[in-house]
Amino acid sequence: MRKEYTFKILRYDPEKDRKPHYQSFRVPYQEGMTILDGLFYIQYNLDGTLAFRNACRAGVCGSCSMHINGRYRLACETQVSHVSRGSVVLRPMANLPIAKDLITDMTKFWDKYRYIQPWLIAGKPAQENAEYTQSPDERANLDLIIDCTLCGICTQSCTVTATDEEYLGPAALLKAERFIADSRDSADFERLDLIDTEHGLWKCHTIYNCQLLCPKKINPTGSIKSLQRRMVHRYLAYNEPSGRD
Amino acid sequence: MKYHQAIIIGAGLAGLRAAVELNQNNIKVAVLSRVHPVRSHSLAAQGGINAALGNHPRGKADSPEKHAFDTVKGSDYLADQPAALKMTQEAPLRIREMENWGCPFSRTHEGLIAQRPFGGAGYPRTAYATDKTGHVLLHTLYEKAVQLEQASERENFVFYDEYFVIDLVIDEGRCVGVVATEMASGKLEVFRADAVMFATGGAGKMYANTTNALISTGLGMAIPYRNGVPLKDMEFVQFHPTTLYGSNILMTEGCRGEGGFLTNDQGERFLANYPDSAVAMEVSPRDITSRNMAKEMLAGRGIGGKNYLHLDLTHLGEKKIMARLPGIRDIAMNFAGVDPITEPLPVQPGQHYTMGGISTDENCATVLPGFYAAGECTCISVHGANRLGGNSLLETIVFGAIGGRAMAEYITTAGAAKKSKAFEEAEARVEKELSEMEGRTEGESFAEIKETMENTMTEKVFIFRDEEQLSEALSTIQKLKERFKQVAFPGSGGSRIFNFGLYNIMDLGGNLDAAECTVAGALNRTESRGSHFRNDYPKRDDANWLKHTLCYLEDEHPRIEYGEVTMGLWEPKERKY
Repeated sequence: MRKEYTFKILRYDPEKDRKPHYQSFRVPYQEGMTILDGLFYIQYNLDGTLAFRNACRAGVCGSCSMHINGRYRLACETQVSHVSRGSVVLRPMANLPIAKDLITDMTKFWDKYRYIQPWLIAGKPAQENAEYTQSPDERANLDLIIDCTLCGICTQSCTVTATDEEYLGPAALLKAERFIADSRDSADFERLDLIDTEHGLWKCHTIYNCQLLCPKKINPTGSIKSLQRRMVHRYLAYNEPSGRD
Repeated sequence: MKYHQAIIIGAGLAGLRAAVELNQNNIKVAVLSRVHPVRSHSLAAQGGINAALGNHPRGKADSPEKHAFDTVKGSDYLADQPAALKMTQEAPLRIREMENWGCPFSRTHEGLIAQRPFGGAGYPRTAYATDKTGHVLLHTLYEKAVQLEQASERENFVFYDEYFVIDLVIDEGRCVGVVATEMASGKLEVFRADAVMFATGGAGKMYANTTNALISTGLGMAIPYRNGVPLKDMEFVQFHPTTLYGSNILMTEGCRGEGGFLTNDQGERFLANYPDSAVAMEVSPRDITSRNMAKEMLAGRGIGGKNYLHLDLTHLGEKKIMARLPGIRDIAMNFAGVDPITEPLPVQPGQHYTMGGISTDENCATVLPGFYAAGECTCISVHGANRLGGNSLLETIVFGAIGGRAMAEYITTAGAAKKSKAFEEAEARVEKELSEMEGRTEGESFAEIKETMENTMTEKVFIFRDEEQLSEALSTIQKLKERFKQVAFPGSGGSRIFNFGLYNIMDLGGNLDAAECTVAGALNRTESRGSHFRNDYPKRDDANWLKHTLCYLEDEHPRIEYGEVTMGLWEPKERKY
């Protein structure tokens, strides 16, 4: 096993740099070291200004998504030794402005999330101090979908996002499906109207990048297809023109 | 200078719940958080949230009073009983409200919120969503907040994501705002507010082996402490029995609630050999389980003689593990390369929760008018000397709501905070501190101070404590605080945009203050109670120590006073399970 790794990191400080450039750091290797551990070694010992997002360091908060040796991953749950034998190349997520180093400005990503009205719109008012009932089978429709941490990997790695930055993308569409699939929610048509647009659910090219890369093994492509089927069924059942005609 | 009627620092469950409550009371509220709200550490909670819902077939006779009794008994009688009762009485309402707002709880066959057994609880009362309860609660509450934000007009509900709060602004004895840096621009911003709440989480990062997030540094406790608000009961630190060997990531108590076994090197369920855990076995309270695990390892019965034991889930079968504990399986496979369906998990006790914190009353108010606190950063106290699993998530949403209401009332009666020189002065003070930090490129090593603190706490202020080790630890922490004054910025220069070198230094300073209070409180307390176990004083001593520790900052160090415990229905008895 190598004693030292080279971390080649895309650096960019908007106040100082005209454009991004790579900088290499040497990081001593310890067994079990993750990409995040390596980044902290640099930040604590070599360059305090190195910027990367982090919080839980346990693969559950979705902060540290980045491009690691050719693939989008979470830095905290990626072992250095699993991706390389000596050097690691790190870049921020694509298709978003770089705020600094490995940190992107995710405003656009969050705007898409907000756009689909990501909250429960229940059909009937709740009884006082009582839950809406939901059978275990109905609840099972939400399995996996609700595991989404909004890390952004699916949307930012999507090749459609690369050609159309307004594309709602897998994360926001998955969130729409999360509520439409919920037996307690009754705003299916309103939400379908929101996403049945030029930059909405029909833009998916079924490339499966999102499914391949999702750290939680969710299948956003499947959810987008399910939304498309719902839209077609709605059209057939009600003979309504779909969305904006 | 920006102005909002109420400002909340921290967008985890407590902070978001307070913000929602303020909004519903027609108070204009802003939420500042150093991370995007859905990254807050509340989401890492796995097992569940307690309430006497009575949804479990064996929970029909449960009640808020019984829940309160279990909480008080679990606290080793250090909890304030009226506060504990207040929490358990409001619990069913708050949890059903989260369900009404969309939280996807797991369900019973009747379609109600599912509940599971947890340690120290007389009935199965822990509501859950597989092993991702914190994650779904946080996302649901953020969704609710986004709904209110979109519905609000004229900036009635505003988020400031990625703002790092550095100090309070105090004018004529009232907290009237905060100084923060907008991380994306590096600029300092001063906020004026009629009332401020901290909901900034725990201080676990003072330990080397902790389940806590990298952002749980205790800075949110240190800031009010430096401004005259005492920290209460900091010596009470919860060590969770089952953290993954190596990374110390949490393996939920739900693993044992669902029937998992703890075994030693001989494959024996050793908890049966200790009188205090022989009956409840794996669902004994956390303090007792952690102690008996530590004893087992000290006796050389760790796996292969090493410092870990086995959490065996294999007999639960693939179906149950996939249905109830899928997140645990993912984490174990990613971080330890172990699949719990086929192999036992390597686990050891690790720091998990800060029972102590900013001293508040049962309405989340502090001694500083206009300054409130809620969630793990506080000590009300409802957890006393040992928190029950499933009560921390509960505390966040119950006291978030209570604190929000109390702030709304305060704002209505106290009126708007006036503009004054205090704001410019606070900004100038912070600016001076930051320039000094970034300008000091030579000096004491940041990494060394941080590592020494973490190792000292883990080696000397852990599950078993004694005078000698605690005295050594106190002297080490105090020396580190001296060295910290000359801490060097790693590397050189750089703009203030996302300047983590500065945030790290501020975090470390906060963590050292919280650590000093923890050690000083532990050294003084010559008894064993709940999570605080003294080898040299192994018995609980109600005659002398049924009281809260209060640390006030004086001449750079804690001055300790003691406060009364508010009793109620239940007289202290020996804890038996």
